[in-house]
Amino acid sequence: MFAELAPASFAPSSADLQRFAPEIVLTIAGTLLMVLDPLFAKRYPKMFGHLSIVALLVAVGGTVCAYSVQGSAFSNLLVVDGFGTFFRFLVLAIGILTVLASYRYLDLEKAETGEYHALILFAIVGQCLMVAANDLIMIFIGLEISSIATYILAGYLRTDRRNNEAALKYFLLGSFATAFLLYGVALIYGVTATTKLDEIRTVLSTPGNVPAFGMVGVAAALMFVGLAFKVSGAPFQVWTPDVYQGAPAPVSAFLATGPKAAAFAIFLRIFLTAFQQIAAQWEPIVWISALMSMTIGNFAALTQDNLKRMLAYSSIAHAGYVLVALASRSEIGTAAAMFYLAAYALMNIGAFAVVIHLGGKGERHLKISDLAGLGRRQPVTAAMLTIFLLSLIGVPLTGGFFGKFYIFRAALESNLVWLTVLGLLNSAVAAYYYLRLLVVMYMYEPGEVANNIEPLTPGLRAALILPAIGTIFLGVLPGAVLNFAQRSTIFGAR
Amino acid sequence: MNLLDLVIAIPGIGFILTLLIPRKQDQAIRMATLGFSLLTFALSLGLATGYRFGQPGQQFVTDIIWIANPEIHWHVGIDGLSLWLIILSTFLTPIAILISWRYIKDRTKEFFAFLLLLEFGLVGVFSAWDLFLFYVFWEVVLVPMYFLIGIWGHDRRIYAAVKFFLYTMAGSVLMLVAIIFVYNRAGTFDYAAILNSLASGKVVLSHGEETLLFLAFFVAFAIKVPLFPLHTWLPDAHVEAPSAGSLMLASVMLKMGTYGLVRFCLPMFPTASRENAPWIVVLAIVGIVYGALVAMAQPNMKKLVAYSSVSHLGFVVLGIFSFTQMGLDGAVYQMLNHGISTGALFILVGFMYERRHSLEIADYGGVATAAPWLSTIFLITTLASIGLPMLNNFVGEFLVLQGTAQANFSWTVFAAIGVILSACYMLWMYQRVFFGELGDEVKHHMPDFSAREWACMIPLVVMMVWMGIYTQTFLPAVTEANLKILDQTKSTAPLRVSLPAGLSTGGGHIHVR
Repeated sequence: MFAELAPASFAPSSADLQRFAPEIVLTIAGTLLMVLDPLFAKRYPKMFGHLSIVALLVAVGGTVCAYSVQGSAFSNLLVVDGFGTFFRFLVLAIGILTVLASYRYLDLEKAETGEYHALILFAIVGQCLMVAANDLIMIFIGLEISSIATYILAGYLRTDRRNNEAALKYFLLGSFATAFLLYGVALIYGVTATTKLDEIRTVLSTPGNVPAFGMVGVAAALMFVGLAFKVSGAPFQVWTPDVYQGAPAPVSAFLATGPKAAAFAIFLRIFLTAFQQIAAQWEPIVWISALMSMTIGNFAALTQDNLKRMLAYSSIAHAGYVLVALASRSEIGTAAAMFYLAAYALMNIGAFAVVIHLGGKGERHLKISDLAGLGRRQPVTAAMLTIFLLSLIGVPLTGGFFGKFYIFRAALESNLVWLTVLGLLNSAVAAYYYLRLLVVMYMYEPGEVANNIEPLTPGLRAALILPAIGTIFLGVLPGAVLNFAQRSTIFGAR
Repeated sequence: MNLLDLVIAIPGIGFILTLLIPRKQDQAIRMATLGFSLLTFALSLGLATGYRFGQPGQQFVTDIIWIANPEIHWHVGIDGLSLWLIILSTFLTPIAILISWRYIKDRTKEFFAFLLLLEFGLVGVFSAWDLFLFYVFWEVVLVPMYFLIGIWGHDRRIYAAVKFFLYTMAGSVLMLVAIIFVYNRAGTFDYAAILNSLASGKVVLSHGEETLLFLAFFVAFAIKVPLFPLHTWLPDAHVEAPSAGSLMLASVMLKMGTYGLVRFCLPMFPTASRENAPWIVVLAIVGIVYGALVAMAQPNMKKLVAYSSVSHLGFVVLGIFSFTQMGLDGAVYQMLNHGISTGALFILVGFMYERRHSLEIADYGGVATAAPWLSTIFLITTLASIGLPMLNNFVGEFLVLQGTAQANFSWTVFAAIGVILSACYMLWMYQRVFFGELGDEVKHHMPDFSAREWACMIPLVVMMVWMGIYTQTFLPAVTEANLKILDQTKSTAPLRVSLPAGLSTGGGHIHVR
């Protein structure tokens, strides 16, 4: 390991570049989009969406290519392992679905498409970087690239007051939280004299070399605050409903899935490598946070009228489920969290795609009652939303069910019996508000909104059908994805 | 792929294919679903004829890996307990389709497709031998029934549908916790393997663990049964559901609960089952009497039949927890009987609702004059339901009472009150609806059976008589399965006492019976 720390030259090797391929592709593509923006934005607004899908697909290829040469890159700053690769695939897939779901929205709002897609790509660069980082500084840089892009995206419609409010809230609270994270990084560097995750673990686990525990604990706590904010885990979830409700709907879909998945990836990586030694100390904190997130999210969602806000609370609850997996601090827990995040991304983007479709211009139709009679007017859209909702409830034969099942199995294996019971009872509570949507959609007479709803555009259709297929696939044959996840739970390349 | 796989798969395939038929083709949709369900029924009869007596373990077994890690198998098979419940499901599904033939005019495609999905889940529940697979089917059943009630039900359908879903969901998540816990202990979801490791002492549950696990399973099943005081969702769901929904709910879905008790609770947690039997029996008896008393006070026919279900199912639970061969046989037989006779009552009430558009007893009177055949069939069904000898319920109730008497005679006395009360409320309802003054409304809106309605009712009446007269067709398989289950509750109910090393012979356990 130390041989790699002192490279013969500063020029990156070709293997380094290969391991960095997805980020390179996306950065070039993002820059290219910005250059093309002034030239073609007016004439071919759709072109930018197409281009970014191409770029994301190439980046998927790049990820495969990087995975073929697993190992650390750039003096061990990055590590391409199964874990990072899983999340790279995931955020890229989220990116593709977000772009698909955005076409119609951008068209309706007459928004600039060039910048929008460039920002999405940059956010994904940051997320890809985060999930493959082995160094706290790299993690911070990736997080900031992703965050800054998403701060702008949250307020993308400049003239819209709700957008402005969302962006401001997200920015202020977000930078505050990142500061906590950074402070934690500084402290841990002060104690262990390194920012590399594997080296921190080595230092902390060397007997006789245990540094002042209090300091490590404070550092871990500070980083917990920063990360819990990013994944909207309680008690740092307060921003979530406001931001998701205020931001443009496709951006909310993205925020609820992409940055969250990436943040969970580093959450798992930091706490299960660097802070593995003090796991017994942080486990109760995660336990409480998980229970609070589930309970606050689900109970608050019960009373919501606005679809976006309801989905925001539901996303807090789902963050709670993933925190349960973290609290089990085992390999199967990590695999369960990975599987869950994939299933959650699919069902959540799908549900948001319906919200985008329903909302129409200016997102006027976001009340739950606006869904009335959708099952009659657009059976296919309604059927897709049904699949997503059943998956969010956790009904068998959907991805959401297996995700929950794996998580609670991991928790029980780690003897978290009460957390399991309370978590599953929580999911019975959650069934109520998801069912409400089904009730309105199928059992009410069509209202004005459903009667005047436009037919599905190709982009939105794809953004509905692909996640639906994925959700069913994960629910019927979860083996393939779970196997990959389980093989990837040991951090670091093989 | 054997016959049983086909019986499970065909409704599932039928569900998907039905969804692909264009929406406008109402008649094609009805014909297709009827075809699928009849095909399933025909094949399921092959299970009965191919069933081999005296062969231990399950038959028609398929055991292949579905998900590699954690290992979850597509492990299905039948024994005498599941055999008739599967055939009950496949027998009633075509009837459910037929009774909805004209009644369902709106969103036909979804309705009939959901009936097939329901059948898929039900057959799966009764044949799963993998705990996880069982749970999957258990939940699959929930979704179509939720929509059947919520979309095609009566006025308060939404309330009823949501209540139904949440009750069942709350119970089943607890069961999921228990299933995962058992898995983590035994390292497998395979039911036979779990029973083996429990019996051989490879997996030992502490007393507290066993009690809690038993309760987790028990609550899930008791909600489904439903056992007093968890029954409150049932009258709502029944009254609001369309006839086909009530039929499937009462006749088959409630049996999922009692089936679960017999199949899983007793063999897996024998000690806890026996320890908790006293209060469960009390609840069952309270349910029998309470259900009957409330039924008597109902002004609404459907609600009356629904509460009578609470009472009848109390008998089943009583029989199960009597831990006697007769009681258990009677309980299982009563599951089938209740499926036939209460199902028939719901159908008949549904027929009357289609004619008169009312479920209130007060809106009827003199129906016997207007529709003599309907009244005759209704009378036969009523008599079957109250346990007249030569008709099906008599056999089941008799066996349950006999078995209970072997266990504790005072239980029998209280339970017998329920039998008497059931005669009161059923006959009183019959009198008020079918005799008395013939009102104008009834006179003009009460045609007698149509050919389609005859086609629904004749098989049911034949079954009532058959099951009442010739129990030999059905009981031997049931007895065989029950014998084994009872044996498991005894021999695997060890109070494991470790002997001092010198005294230890064999496994070092004393089996206390």
